[in-house]
Amino acid sequence: MSAPTLWILLPILVGSFTLLLLRERTVAVIGGGTSLVLAGIALIVPIDEALRIGPLSLKIASTASILGRSFILPPTDAPLLVIIFGMCALWFFGAEAAGVALRLIPLGLIITALLVASIAVQPFLYAALLIELAVMTAVPLLLPSNQKPGRGVIRFLVYQTLAMPFLLFAGWLLAGVEASPGDLALTVQSTSMLGLGFVFLLAIFPLYTWIPQLMEESSPYAVGFLLWLLPTIASIFGMSFLDRYAWLRTSPGVLAGLRGIGLLMLISGGLWAAFQRKLERLMAYTAIAETGFILLALSLTTAGSLDLFFLLIIPRGLGLAVWALALSVLKKENGALEFSSAQGLARAYPLASAALVLAALSTAGFPLLAGFPPRLALWQGLAGESIGTAIWFLVGILGLLTGAVRMMAVLVMQKEETNWALKESWIQRGMLSIGIIGLFLLGIFPQIMRPFLESLPLMFQHLGR
Amino acid sequence: MLAVILAWIAVILLLATSAGLILNSDWRLDLGLLAAQYLGAFVLAAQHWPVGMAAVKLVTGWMATAAIGMTLNAFTSHEERPEQFWPRGRAFRLFMVGMVVVLAAAAAPRVETTIPGIGLPVVAGGILLIGNGLLHLGTRSEVTRVIYALLTILAGFEIIYAGVESSILVAALLAVINLGLGLVGAYLINAELSPEEEAA
Repeated sequence: MSAPTLWILLPILVGSFTLLLLRERTVAVIGGGTSLVLAGIALIVPIDEALRIGPLSLKIASTASILGRSFILPPTDAPLLVIIFGMCALWFFGAEAAGVALRLIPLGLIITALLVASIAVQPFLYAALLIELAVMTAVPLLLPSNQKPGRGVIRFLVYQTLAMPFLLFAGWLLAGVEASPGDLALTVQSTSMLGLGFVFLLAIFPLYTWIPQLMEESSPYAVGFLLWLLPTIASIFGMSFLDRYAWLRTSPGVLAGLRGIGLLMLISGGLWAAFQRKLERLMAYTAIAETGFILLALSLTTAGSLDLFFLLIIPRGLGLAVWALALSVLKKENGALEFSSAQGLARAYPLASAALVLAALSTAGFPLLAGFPPRLALWQGLAGESIGTAIWFLVGILGLLTGAVRMMAVLVMQKEETNWALKESWIQRGMLSIGIIGLFLLGIFPQIMRPFLESLPLMFQHLGR
Repeated sequence: MLAVILAWIAVILLLATSAGLILNSDWRLDLGLLAAQYLGAFVLAAQHWPVGMAAVKLVTGWMATAAIGMTLNAFTSHEERPEQFWPRGRAFRLFMVGMVVVLAAAAAPRVETTIPGIGLPVVAGGILLIGNGLLHLGTRSEVTRVIYALLTILAGFEIIYAGVESSILVAALLAVINLGLGLVGAYLINAELSPEEEAA
C-alpha cells in the first residue's frame, strides 16, 4: 500500500460512500472515525519503513504514480497528515452538532483528500489544479440545492478559479527566471503573476469581500471548515515556491511584501471586527486577520519563522472549529445573528455563548487561551525586527479584542428578567465542552503540540534547514 | 502552411464566439457559441498537443456545455434579468469587445517573444478568450453568465498553456476542471432558477 492511496484515495472513496447515507449520526461516526484512524496511522506507522507486527510486515510506500506524474508523501509529511486528519476528525464529529453532517462530511473528506494530493503532487506547481478541484467541490458544501446562490459563493468560485491560471503561468515563468537569473523583466513578470495568484487564492485585501458575504449566506460551520483548511494548504503551497526558488526566499522585497500584506490583513480584519454588528461577520473578519498572522509569520527573517507558522495551525483550526460550532448552534436556534437579536443569548445558550467568546478571545491572543502562545511569539519576533510593525500588530490585536468584548457584552446583555437555561442538545454540549477545554489546554500547556510540530519544518528542503 | 491557416480561422471563430457570448442573450444560441468556442480551442491546442490529447479539451468542453444546456432546458420560461450596472447595453459591450481585440492585437506579438515557438495565432486566440472572458465577468452578474465567462477564461488560458506544458496529468486535470465547472454551473443555475419555477 502507498501513502497517497491511504491518505488521498481512501478519503475520496469514503466521502463518496457517505454521500449515499441519510443518517447524520452514521455519517458523523464514519467520517470522524475514518479521519481519526488516518491520523492515527500517520502518527504510528512510519512511511517508507517496514513495520513488524508479529509475523506480519507492513510497509507504506511514499510514492504513487498517476498519469506519468508522482504523488509523494514522504515521512517528513507525516506530522502534517496527523494534524490535518486529526483536526478533520474534530470538525466531522462536531458536524452533527452543527446540523451539517450530511453535506460537510462527504464533501469535506473529498476536499481534504484533494488538498492532501496538492501537497503530494510533483512537480508541486500542479497543486494549483488540485486546489481548484477542491474549490469546485466546496460549492455544493456551501450552497444547499434549495437555496439561491448569493454573491459570496459566486465570488468565492470566481476568485479561487482566477488564481489557478496565474499560479500555473507564474510557475512556468519562474523556471525561466531560474535559467536566466539576470533577466529583470522576467523576474518582475513572474513575481507579479505569483503575487496575483496568491492574492486571489488566499483572499488578500481587497479581494476578501466574499468571506463575510459567504459567512452570512451559508452555514457558518461549513464556511469555517473551508476557512481553516484552504488557507492552511494554500500557505504550504506558497511556502513550496519559497523553498524551491532561492531568489524568492532571499529577496528582501518579497519578505517586505509579505509583511506589509500580513499587516494590512491583520489591521483591516481587526478594525472591521471591532465595528461589526453581526456575529457571522465578526468571525469572517477574524478569519481574515488569521491569514494576516500566517503571512506575518512567513515574513520573519529569523530561523524560527517556519516553526511559528506551524505553531499557528493547530490553535487556528481549533479556534475556528469552536467558533463555527457555537455560531451554528445559535443560528439554528435563534435565526438572525445581528447584535440586536443576539442580546441575552448567554442566558439560554451559556455553553455556545462561552465558546463563542473564548474562541474570539483566543484569536485575539488573550492569555491562557490557545491563540496566546503563537501570537506572543510572533509579536516578539516582529518586535525584534521592526518596532513599527510590532505596534501595528498591536493595533490589529486590539481591534480583534474589541470585537470579542463587544460580542461578550451583547451576549450577556439582559433584555428582561430571564432565568438561566441550558438549551443546547447533549451532543452540542459535549462538543462545545471539548472545544473549550482544548482552547485552555493549548493555552496553558502549549508544549503538548511540540511532538507534532518539531519535525514539520523538515517538509521543506531549504526553508526548514 | 495549412495548419497556420487553420489556426487563424480558429482565432476568428474564437473572436466571433466569445464576442457573441457577450452580446447575445438567447440561451440556446449561447450554448451553440460555447460549443463552437471549444472547437476553436481544440484547433489551437492541437498546434502543440497530439490531436488525441487536444480532443479531450473538445469533448470535455462539449460535455460541460451539455450539462449547462440540460439544466437550462429544464427551465424553459426563464428570462435573464436586466443588469443593474451602468453603463450597459449592446453598443457598450460591442465597444468593449473592440477594445479587447485592440489589446490582443497589441499584446500578442510581445507575449509571443516571451514564449518562443508558441505561435502568434495561439497567443492571439488565448488572449482574446481571456480578455473577452474577463469582460464578460465584469459586465454580467447572472450565474449562467459567470459560468460562461469562467469557461471562456479557462479555455483561453488552456490554449496558451498547451504551448508550454504537455503533461498528460495536467491535460487530465484541466479536463476535469472544465467538466467540474460545467457541473458546478449546472448546480448553481438549478439552485438559482428552482424557487422561481416553484413559485410560478
